[in-house]
Amino acid sequence: MMTFQEIKKSLLTALWFMFLTFPIMVIKVNTIEKTIEWRWWRMAGIGLGIFFLSFLWRYLIRRKEAGKKKAEIAGEETMPLAQRLLSNPRFYMPGMVATIVMVVAFPFVFSLYQTNIMITALIYVVVGLGLNIVVGLAGLLDLGYVAFYAVGAYSYALLNVHYGVTFWMALPIGAALGFLFGILLGFPVLRLRGDYLAIVTLGFGEIIRLVLENWNAFSFGPSGIANIPKPGLFGLDLNLHQSTIFIYFLMIGLALMTIFVVRRLQDSRIGRAWIALREDEVACQAMGIDKTRTKLSAFALGATWAGMGGVVFAAKTTFINPTSFTIWESIIILCVVVLGGMGSILGVIVGALILILLPEYLRTFSEFRMLIFGVILVMMMVFRPGGIISDVRRTYKFEGLGRKAKDRSE
Amino acid sequence: MDYFLELFLGGLTRGSIYALIALGYTMVYGIIELINFAHGEIYMIGAFTGLIVISVLTLLGWNTVAIIVIASLVAMIYSAAYGFTIEKIAYKPLRGSQRLSALISAIGMSLFLQNYVLLAQTSNFLPFPNLVPDFKFMQPFENIVRSTEIVIYVITALVMVFLTFLIKFTRMGKAMRAVAQDRDMAMLVGVDVNRVISFTFIIGSSIAALGGVLVSSHIGQVNYYVGFIAGIKAFVAAVLGGIGSMPGAVLGSLVLGWTESFFTGYISSDYEDVFAFIFLVLILIFRPAGILGRSDTDKV
Amino acid sequence: MQKYFGKFFVWVAALALAGVFLYGCPQQEEEKAEATAPAATPAPAAAGPIKLGVAGAHSGDLASYGIPTVRAAQLVVKQRNAMNGVAGRQVEVLVEDDVCKPEVATNTATKLVTDEADVVVGHICSGATKAALGIYKESGIIAMSPSATNPALTQSGDYPNFYRTIASDDAQARLQVDFALDKLGLTKLAVLHDKGDYGKGLAEFAKGFLEADERAEVVLYEGITPGAVDYSAVVQKVKRSGAEAVIFGGYHPEASKIVTQMRKKGMDTIFISDDGVKDVTFIKVAGEFAEGVYATGPVDTSKNPMAIEAIEAHKQEFGEDPGAFYLNAFAATLALLNAIEKSGSTDFDAITQALRSEWVATPLGIIKFDERGDAIGVGFAVYQVQGGNFASIEL
Repeated sequence: MMTFQEIKKSLLTALWFMFLTFPIMVIKVNTIEKTIEWRWWRMAGIGLGIFFLSFLWRYLIRRKEAGKKKAEIAGEETMPLAQRLLSNPRFYMPGMVATIVMVVAFPFVFSLYQTNIMITALIYVVVGLGLNIVVGLAGLLDLGYVAFYAVGAYSYALLNVHYGVTFWMALPIGAALGFLFGILLGFPVLRLRGDYLAIVTLGFGEIIRLVLENWNAFSFGPSGIANIPKPGLFGLDLNLHQSTIFIYFLMIGLALMTIFVVRRLQDSRIGRAWIALREDEVACQAMGIDKTRTKLSAFALGATWAGMGGVVFAAKTTFINPTSFTIWESIIILCVVVLGGMGSILGVIVGALILILLPEYLRTFSEFRMLIFGVILVMMMVFRPGGIISDVRRTYKFEGLGRKAKDRSE
Repeated sequence: MDYFLELFLGGLTRGSIYALIALGYTMVYGIIELINFAHGEIYMIGAFTGLIVISVLTLLGWNTVAIIVIASLVAMIYSAAYGFTIEKIAYKPLRGSQRLSALISAIGMSLFLQNYVLLAQTSNFLPFPNLVPDFKFMQPFENIVRSTEIVIYVITALVMVFLTFLIKFTRMGKAMRAVAQDRDMAMLVGVDVNRVISFTFIIGSSIAALGGVLVSSHIGQVNYYVGFIAGIKAFVAAVLGGIGSMPGAVLGSLVLGWTESFFTGYISSDYEDVFAFIFLVLILIFRPAGILGRSDTDKV
Repeated sequence: MQKYFGKFFVWVAALALAGVFLYGCPQQEEEKAEATAPAATPAPAAAGPIKLGVAGAHSGDLASYGIPTVRAAQLVVKQRNAMNGVAGRQVEVLVEDDVCKPEVATNTATKLVTDEADVVVGHICSGATKAALGIYKESGIIAMSPSATNPALTQSGDYPNFYRTIASDDAQARLQVDFALDKLGLTKLAVLHDKGDYGKGLAEFAKGFLEADERAEVVLYEGITPGAVDYSAVVQKVKRSGAEAVIFGGYHPEASKIVTQMRKKGMDTIFISDDGVKDVTFIKVAGEFAEGVYATGPVDTSKNPMAIEAIEAHKQEFGEDPGAFYLNAFAATLALLNAIEKSGSTDFDAITQALRSEWVATPLGIIKFDERGDAIGVGFAVYQVQGGNFASIEL
């Protein structure tokens, strides 16, 4: 419906944006020749662009609203496509086979670069799944998760420098240290909730980074630790290509293990307790769940995966310094969880792949890379606020056997 | 004693600067419970707009007082416009969905705005002229405190009083409190929630812009990234004071500023942030809702 | 909802596919082409353009130090391409962002390797450089940094493919300390740094040299928080420590804030800093307060016609003064391209040979490189801000 109203609306939006971007886009003060550069053509471009984009925007918003209403009328939540596909054995098996073939063939088909960024994405899958326990399942907003990642990375790097500990020994040590730190940091924040919890965890993350930065005698300070050995394979001498492929498969293995463990955890007694805690703390306590233990276990188990991810991170990068563990990293990991869909394992995997691979693929746009990344983050959240693959809430219905059987076959 | 006084004033300056940003943060949070990560960027855009206006007017040869007033006003108007628009694009469609989604949207917005300024203007640091003239009556104290700092203290105090007044005694303030308490109920009794939220963003953003112009003129430079660090510190300060409370934001900022200043002065600046964060953790452990925050009781 | 999701999924899939096609396939083909090409013709001279990678921080908090390098490389390449290219081949610039983070730097490096960069100008931060060099080493690519100052990069012997056009931390710190003690005859010094790998590295050395010398003592050694809005506490501390001078390791934004606050508090403490501070932006930002500040940097570039020309070219093209490490990057690009031209090949050994033997005129002077990768011929000097300009001081 391209009515006059619509055009007028878009025209006004365009004018508004032209006004809005006027000083920063149009005026550039040349400090050398003391002249002002008026870049009017930019204003025209913005006006034109916004004029058309606003149609698209309204159209998309309308569709989103319509979708929401339809869902409300239909009453029951329909399962998203991906999940329906997954639960349908006819698609499930071929899909699984295709995925396996793709995963195995990936490093041989694609370039070193592709494999390399895929490893990074896989590290984030593992770490994201860890944070998913804390944020997605237990509902504790943690903005300092990167601290455990740093603990893992530095435990490998330092143990290697001082005692020559190998990667394979460091992996469980990193995980254990992550666990330990999870408990240590978990204790003081038991009473806090919501954004107060977020800010305290943010504080812990920064404290760990600042200590690493300042305590030269311990951590080598900002110059970092170089020449961290890559993971060895029975003492074989691997070149760059081979070792990258090896780390890739190692990460695939680690990711699979993580998925397996997290799935089991989710369905276990403690997993249920986390979800109960997320939904309602008071009711959860009233049901006789030990809040302290539940919260601490969420922190500790979440941190374990970060510790392990950190060890692989150090081994993959071969060099670490505190710049890799800023608050920004915590935010990205949080984005992985929220963007993918909180609480959903598949969601976190998809989220990690998108968030880590996207900035790399956006390199085509060179300097516009992060600008576009920001826009995509906003758009994704606006149009899919529940994440890409939202967790289907497990519902238990008691409506007799007939209905149940029918449900299952669907 | 002199040393103590100087550290005290240094902390006061830092605290007042945090407060100017934290006030906007805490307002927005109070209304829609959103950690508005893009608030730091609004502050940066305010500073940049101010700088552009100052440069243009200086080239046109206007007189200083006019430049200061116009630059601050334009910066405030533009930041308010940005705050308003951002709310409409990135936060309004997310109302009613889970809170973390809005947080990610805010982070995306923050990233966008940073790079927008980086690309449209420059990656370099730009010198920011000192707008506040050296007052005559300040000359004897010049080595202790400068006119710019005095102006920052005064404006912070004025803004806090203004906001407290606004929230406590005006119609709009009443509506804001109503929305903060229960959005649906407010809507039912006839409060235009959209307008209230937009208004909050406009006020919060224009205060950030005022802060941006003042602070940049104090430290003499601006670049596209200044908002991020300042924003995080301000947020910490707002939480420390009890998020949602205006006097709390100012108090939290001052406490944070003094903590940093005294720790640097008497111990070491290597660990000033570590100490600031430890202090924050301690306060929140004993007062889980911040210094002046009300702790909500759970309704079951 | 459902339908919407389907569409969305298709969209994501399409995007992913497009990405794969954009990146995966052409590279694959190129790789194959490359694999067969050398067999047919050993020296495919005017085959394709020479690919010059430029890696560094182009977004995030350190972009201010990375972007000038991109501009320098682009300007040099533009000039050379206009003059018939290098060794008869055109030069193509591949710009890749590493945000100064080691883990992103490894991605950047593998990207450049996959895109078949012949040489790389970069990276900007020492940490990112260290992470990337291993990857370049295996692929036989030479990297030259305009700004990575960590001594281990050239002195450890781990990175035979690394060169730089900037003095290492220890060399600069030595110069600063010698200047402070011999020339200025100071006895009490404060050493400050910005906690970063550039600033703290330098400050550590300066502190070490000062402590080894019995003429002077370090009365204060502190790291400041970069990006803070106010440094009056640290400034007060310097005042109380009774230091005659401050040696500061870090970049110009913090330096100008500290200097400004010191001067405003009526302190005339001498301020000595590094070439992260020897930047016109510093003088512009600190204004009158910059007067008298010392900074070390490459030997007098204000009289070198190439330097003047390079700065002019930047002003012409971008309408502003060049940023930090611009001249170093300009020199690095020139040196690399010259080495390729002189050796007539992009082979690792040939370029190494040429870099070590061929003198090249750059904005930093006529230079070549020693075995470790440090530049020979780049003299380092102490400058003082006088009348709004950096004037070199006779030692």
